Amino acid sequence: MTKGWTLYDPRLAWMLVAPVLLLLIFFLLLPIAVMAAYTFFTFVTAGVEQSTLTLANWHEFFTDSYYHGFLFKTLRVGAMTALICGVLGYFPAYFIWATTFKHKWLLLLLLIVPFWISFTIRTFSWINILGEQGVINVALLKLGIIHEPLPMLYTEGAVILGLLHFLLPYMILNVYVSLESIDRTLIAAARSMGCTSAQAFREVTLPLSLPGLAAGLLLCFVLAAGSYVTPQLLGSGRDALFGNLIYDTIMGQLNWPMGATLSIVLFVVLGCFAAIYTRYMGMSQIVKGLGG
Amino acid sequence: MRAEGSGKEGRWAWRLTGLMTVLVYVFMFAPIIATVVLSFNASMFGGFPMTGFSLQWYAKLLDNEQVLAAFRTSLWIALITAVVTTAVGVVTAFALTRFEFPGKKTLSTLVILPALVPETILGVGLLVLIKAVDQPRTLLLLVLGHILLAVPYVVLIAQARMVGIRRVYEEAALSLGASRFSTFREVTLPLLIPAVVAGALLAFTISFDNTSASLFWRPAGVETMPTQILSMLKISISPEINALGTVMIVVTVGIPLIGGLILQSLTRLKRRGEPKEKT
Repeated sequence: MTKGWTLYDPRLAWMLVAPVLLLLIFFLLLPIAVMAAYTFFTFVTAGVEQSTLTLANWHEFFTDSYYHGFLFKTLRVGAMTALICGVLGYFPAYFIWATTFKHKWLLLLLLIVPFWISFTIRTFSWINILGEQGVINVALLKLGIIHEPLPMLYTEGAVILGLLHFLLPYMILNVYVSLESIDRTLIAAARSMGCTSAQAFREVTLPLSLPGLAAGLLLCFVLAAGSYVTPQLLGSGRDALFGNLIYDTIMGQLNWPMGATLSIVLFVVLGCFAAIYTRYMGMSQIVKGLGG
Repeated sequence: MRAEGSGKEGRWAWRLTGLMTVLVYVFMFAPIIATVVLSFNASMFGGFPMTGFSLQWYAKLLDNEQVLAAFRTSLWIALITAVVTTAVGVVTAFALTRFEFPGKKTLSTLVILPALVPETILGVGLLVLIKAVDQPRTLLLLVLGHILLAVPYVVLIAQARMVGIRRVYEEAALSLGASRFSTFREVTLPLLIPAVVAGALLAFTISFDNTSASLFWRPAGVETMPTQILSMLKISISPEINALGTVMIVVTVGIPLIGGLILQSLTRLKRRGEPKEKT
């Protein structure tokens, strides 16, 4: 209707988005492009490289099983974390959605509160639970069940636990958002047609909440596979993930071309998973999950 | 009320769901509670058992110049990030919801990317770029990086709210002769306030909390709060860290809660004021 008076002029729109667009170009796109170019640079010695083009970094990555091991371990830890998150996260999401409890907002608020607490603090707080002087060991020792502290900290299990702690709110909120969008009369209809409650759940509620579950799985997988702090604080040297490898390559060995190569590898691998996901699900669910 | 609650099978399933929910909430908060409790421990070691109540670790914290400096640095960075991100984010969300322009779809996808790409990759990328053009790492760079990380959230929150505001209000103001800018300021912005506040608070916490990317981007010798905690943890977990963690929890949980309460009472005041204006 209003098209006549160029009220929503594209030129004005470009001016409005300019600051963010420039930021995205110079801090996101350009860095990734330069990083891709760096993968072909020659490493001379710590902190020094030449712009002589070479395939040596890629050759090293594809032939050295050291890197493959890291990649597989990272993907495995990411997948396990995402799956456990999906299973554990579905229950609270369903509970919050279905409960008739009056103060539902409180349950939702409690899910958002962890986002406000520093991630570093949330991660190191697990040392107070799992450590030699942590709650579990001290309690078990006092009760006489064990005679020396169980080595729970600095294991892969501790890393996964820390990642679960960080990612569960994402999963629960994603599933909850998609449950909220279900038309509840559909379930009532299924029940009135003679479905048992289990059948109604299996045939109606669960399938309709799958988009949220899938978005949650992708988000948890990508964030877990890209993590750096959690393995650093809760794992031993053996439990380091790809993010730690990248950090050590760049900040420790100062091997920038190899560090760039590893970053591009992680970017491409995780990007493939995200692309497969968007191919089948679209971006909208992720947007809902992040914004909600 | 609940259709699924009927039948024996359904009741058990519901109980199981409730139990799992409780367990997940315990899992989420147990470590945090343990940390807060331990910060009051009189013992020299950062762990159980409790040997008595003491505030000495908080006193020690106030004397720790490094921690205080890191706290100030983080506070400033987070404040600037919150203000700038909210300003550019809201304007971008406005353009993305109200205008049609070529490349709009690409831009809406692009704007979410910083939230999806792992921070390690963003961190390395910017660092490589800086090295390629031979520039030092500066505080400005760190702040701009934080803005990049916070932009997706602010844009998404503002967009979600903007979709719910009908265009006719703005168009009415425009047709009555208001300028573009005053229309935005007098009509759109006041309706957007909840999203603006929510976005600013989130941007603040994202910046204040950022660890991985800050490790890459911070200038030599500068510590933000999270990187300071990380380097303290490398030595040992002392009761002082538990105290520091507790202070941080109080600050980062307190600010949004207070903000939310103020917002709520503001809207309530406004609602109470409205009928009076009419009479």
